[in-house]
Amino acid sequence: MADHKHDAGHAHTEEHFREKHLMLDPLPRGQMNDMVMESMTGKPGWKFWTAVIILSGIVAYGLVYSWAKMIAEGVGIAGVNRPSYWGIFLVNTVFWIGISHAGTFISAILRVFKAEFRRPFTRAAELMTTFGLVQAGFSVFMHMGRVWLSYWLFPYPNQRMLWPNLHSPLTWDLLAITTYLLSSTMYLFLPLIPDMAMARDRSTGWRKNLYKALALGFRGTEGEWTHLRHAMNIFAFAIIPVMFSVHTIVSWDFAAATRPGWNSTIFGPYFVVGALHSGMGAAVIVLAVIRSNMKHMDYFIRAEHFDAIGKLMLIISMTWAYFFFNDYMVQWYGGDKWTHQLLHFHEAGPLGWMWFAMLFCNVVVPWAILWNTKWRSTPWLVSTVGIIINVGMWFERYIIVPISLTINRAPFTWRMYTPGVEIPLGIGTLALFILLYVLASKLIPLIPVWEVQEGQMAHELKKFGRETVVSVSELE
Amino acid sequence: MTNAIPEVKLAEEHVGKWGMVINQDICTGCQACVAACAMENNITFVGEEDSGYGRSMHWIRIERFWEGEYPEVKMTPNQPMLCQQCGSAPCEPVCPAFATVHSTAESLNLQVYNRCVGTRYCANNCPYQVRSFNWRDYERPEPLPNQFNPDVTVRRRGVMEKCTFCIQRIHKAQDEAKSEGREVMDGEFTTACAQACPATAITFGRTDDPQSLVSQLAHKGHGVKHLEELGTLPSVTYFKGG
Repeated sequence: MADHKHDAGHAHTEEHFREKHLMLDPLPRGQMNDMVMESMTGKPGWKFWTAVIILSGIVAYGLVYSWAKMIAEGVGIAGVNRPSYWGIFLVNTVFWIGISHAGTFISAILRVFKAEFRRPFTRAAELMTTFGLVQAGFSVFMHMGRVWLSYWLFPYPNQRMLWPNLHSPLTWDLLAITTYLLSSTMYLFLPLIPDMAMARDRSTGWRKNLYKALALGFRGTEGEWTHLRHAMNIFAFAIIPVMFSVHTIVSWDFAAATRPGWNSTIFGPYFVVGALHSGMGAAVIVLAVIRSNMKHMDYFIRAEHFDAIGKLMLIISMTWAYFFFNDYMVQWYGGDKWTHQLLHFHEAGPLGWMWFAMLFCNVVVPWAILWNTKWRSTPWLVSTVGIIINVGMWFERYIIVPISLTINRAPFTWRMYTPGVEIPLGIGTLALFILLYVLASKLIPLIPVWEVQEGQMAHELKKFGRETVVSVSELE
Repeated sequence: MTNAIPEVKLAEEHVGKWGMVINQDICTGCQACVAACAMENNITFVGEEDSGYGRSMHWIRIERFWEGEYPEVKMTPNQPMLCQQCGSAPCEPVCPAFATVHSTAESLNLQVYNRCVGTRYCANNCPYQVRSFNWRDYERPEPLPNQFNPDVTVRRRGVMEKCTFCIQRIHKAQDEAKSEGREVMDGEFTTACAQACPATAITFGRTDDPQSLVSQLAHKGHGVKHLEELGTLPSVTYFKGG
């Protein structure tokens, strides 16, 4: 049991436990299935359609039109220049890969460690991984000068025997992201199978056909469950090193270069922690939105979940601060004149406010709010902290990419970077991310019902004298 | 006794088969080399606005620096900066598509325009910042479209480019020498920038031939290679304050 601390005012009554913890508040399985089906298949209201129309409009302008224009006219309509050859495109790539991290982190690590509070929100988190990686892919491909030739970066047999350059961190990056996208999609799909079977048995028409295909004929026999558990266990363990490797390789795009401010040996773990920082923040926003906008979701997602994720956010914020200091300290102590110029430019340059805002958003705000159980259990407050952390982490990537690129060893070329078409493109990826979520909420259950039911079966309230005690049985 | 610490072996024998010496003391900063290079290599005309925003595409540029604060400003010698044709170039390993590769035969860094997909990683990793990117398909005002050099590819948008040490001239001289059954002679040809320099501040030639002018100048003693501490093994030697 993850957390059953008692407040001073509450006695250890059964009602208290049931109200607080989803695992101790079981509903009949049929009723729970119907709740999830209703949240998914219920007639979409005006809110849904307004969101879909607005988001599709932003995607059409920001992503489709702006990108088409950039392909037709050249990268010149963006703000990238010499020396900031990368700009917001790579900021967004790193940002989206970061977001996509927490999904797998929550799901795989918490599953491996059997943290019970994970049960209702693994699906929403895993979707974040898949949808986030789509945006990362868009962001990195749109920055290319000749994107129509991007297939040259993939190893495919061709007449001229030309292969991608395996010395290049960008090639590693592409292979790592592809591996991550494929494995996280499979990992998303496996726990979805029983829910698809549940939905198949409760729907008609095109939905029935869709769920029938996706359920792969799952009937819920003992053998099927055993196989599914095995597969999920293998994936949960295997995806953790993949997740670490992906963001480490993203950091090598920078750390392997010869530039001051980039060439840092700590960038690997620093980036991984940074990714988890922004990703946990994003997860909490998603949960708060699902909880307040979808039917019956306040039953599944409760204050205890925000409390648990809030604790993780606080720990990750502390770890991030530690790595930030470590990176800064050693670079500064090294005494290289170019690095000193760069560090001075970070803090005192024209965008110095961003450096301070980054520290405020990533360290001060989470530390000031998340230490308190009561504040941590307030969904709107924790999700606001999540938004602030994401702004801070975006600033961090902005400082690493265009601001650090401004200062190099050739002072004649130093020049500020002003974003151009990157802004609609970036907003377009954000809108597509939200749009995919909105559409997914009508197609697949965002709550893994079977996992919740499994957890509730394992939890039991026992009475010893006047004291009520939680008991959890071992499932495997 | 065996040496426990292996010696660092730099590929010296491959370094700078073709090399350049630039004398900053006699450079007047007249930009003739910049113009000649643009004409020779079909470099596009980016216009005032893009040029001011850091998108000029010159393969050679004259860098001017000053020391001190106004009004006591002291100009330092002009510094022509071009691709240093590094022996161990940071731009080369980072290209995912093998568009920037090393020519062992000529000891040059080649840029394969039709293989470039435009990730711009090479330009980020160049410590000299001498690579230029085709941000757009720029219009060439009249009469510039009438003077294309037929020996040089015209690049389109989305492609990286940089100084080639006028590889078309190198190849032409090599072909002529081969047809006459001899080696390329020193001073037989030179790059467009060196040819145009009225002060002869730029000398180009073979550094593997100890008798060539460029070798003799390069070994005069007070030559400097830029950012040599990075281990890039540049092929351009600079003289200043001699």
